[in-house]
Amino acid sequence: MTSSATAAPLTAQAYKSDYKPIWCPGCGDYSVLSSFTKAFALLQLQPENVAVVSGIGCSSRIPAYTNCYGFHGVHGRSLAAAAGLKLARPDLTVVVASGDGDGYSIGGNHFLHACRRNVDLTYVVMDNHVYGMTKGQPSPTTEPEWESKLSPEGTGLREFNPLVVALAAGANFVARGFAGDPNGTAELIAQGIKAPGFSFIEILSPCVTFRPEQREWKNMVRPSSVPSTDDAARAARRLMSDDGMNIGVLYKGDRKPYQPPVGKGKHRPSDLEAEFAI
Amino acid sequence: MSTKSTKKSAKKPVKKSSKPVSKVRTKKAKSVVAAKKPAKRAVAKKAVKAPQRAAAKAKGKAAPISSTAEFMVHAYAMETEAAERYAEFADAMETHNNLEVAELFRKLSRIEQRHADQILEQMGWKQSPVSAAGYRWEGIEGPETADPTELHYLMQPYHALQIALLNEKRARDFFANLAKVTKDKGVKAGALEMREEEEEHVHLIEGWLKRTPKPDANWQTDQDPPVLAD
Repeated sequence: MTSSATAAPLTAQAYKSDYKPIWCPGCGDYSVLSSFTKAFALLQLQPENVAVVSGIGCSSRIPAYTNCYGFHGVHGRSLAAAAGLKLARPDLTVVVASGDGDGYSIGGNHFLHACRRNVDLTYVVMDNHVYGMTKGQPSPTTEPEWESKLSPEGTGLREFNPLVVALAAGANFVARGFAGDPNGTAELIAQGIKAPGFSFIEILSPCVTFRPEQREWKNMVRPSSVPSTDDAARAARRLMSDDGMNIGVLYKGDRKPYQPPVGKGKHRPSDLEAEFAI
Repeated sequence: MSTKSTKKSAKKPVKKSSKPVSKVRTKKAKSVVAAKKPAKRAVAKKAVKAPQRAAAKAKGKAAPISSTAEFMVHAYAMETEAAERYAEFADAMETHNNLEVAELFRKLSRIEQRHADQILEQMGWKQSPVSAAGYRWEGIEGPETADPTELHYLMQPYHALQIALLNEKRARDFFANLAKVTKDKGVKAGALEMREEEEEHVHLIEGWLKRTPKPDANWQTDQDPPVLAD
């Protein structure tokens, strides 16, 4: 039987699971979840063709709240798991969710090499400059003067600059978004998914519990006044001199995504199984 | 900033307003109908405006509203985004076992969604006229969409109504400003009507607030707070 009826387009709601998010009221991650589902709807991806991979932390709860395939992995290792998944199943759209602690500290080394390898992934980091889940310790992006119980005089350490590091390490698409702008962030995520290679999207996502002053971010962010560039050095110079509040696509490169070498090696799971057969 | 000061500001009361329950928007359908006829004529002009919209979008800005059809798309987007945000708030409050406020936000969400559905039906749209990513507004979000950072797990209905009140005031001001600056007669008429409606909602919520008990000074006190004390 044939039908002339056209399927209705998928809405953002179609990508949400039945689980209600467990985050503090006011957390920016609610809006980032909304941006994920809006981005998937914008691209009309089939939920079964999308995998959301994460590590550990508040932001890493996102896979459970989507209706796509999900993998809630080990702390800091989301990119390793995601790269393996994408290489084994290149037909899937693989999106990775992380936070500033998970992604830049515990997972910092994976971050560098994921940028360098340029596997076709979209890496979304919700940055709130603090470890929220473990009650407010300074993270790599915490300002040096921010005082807390564990850093009563501030850390005195210079903040990690993930966007510049991503550029230097070879990420092919670099953008910054703001959780309080879910529609704009959805567009950034959609662009990141469409861009070939490793796309890195940093999202300023306020932690209202441990960093209540971040409520002010909504009055501080602004669209980047310059268009994105394909010149990594220029993009890096801009990022080194901005105040971290410019949002939008900052860099789009043209490196080809990593493809595993095709040779005589064992590529199918059955080949490997045969090797270990007793 | 010390841990102490962090804790203090974390418990800062909710400043914004909210919106009442059911009777809020009964007249919105009327304005939708009023705007419907000119909207259809205006559709033909859409192609001419496309480059203007694309340019605005590229700059991360809202496109100007220059036809009644565009006006109705804005109205629809405003309602749906407000409904989504209230639903999100209701979920958050349920998760934190603040069921009274959760129910209030759930009602607000239903009201906003009903208005959106009315627009959809009366405009004869088969599906949402808004991109799946949502609408790009002049500000960060739509005028009627609540600020997500203003929630508190111990908030009370009074606070929720304060949030809704602020949203309605922003919506009223949005339409008032649009009526002032637009050169399109259809848009102006629609904006003026919507401004009046939003003004009505502002009064309704203000009345609601008067009937709602004010939280006492220690409403944020939690014997087991999320932020560790020294």
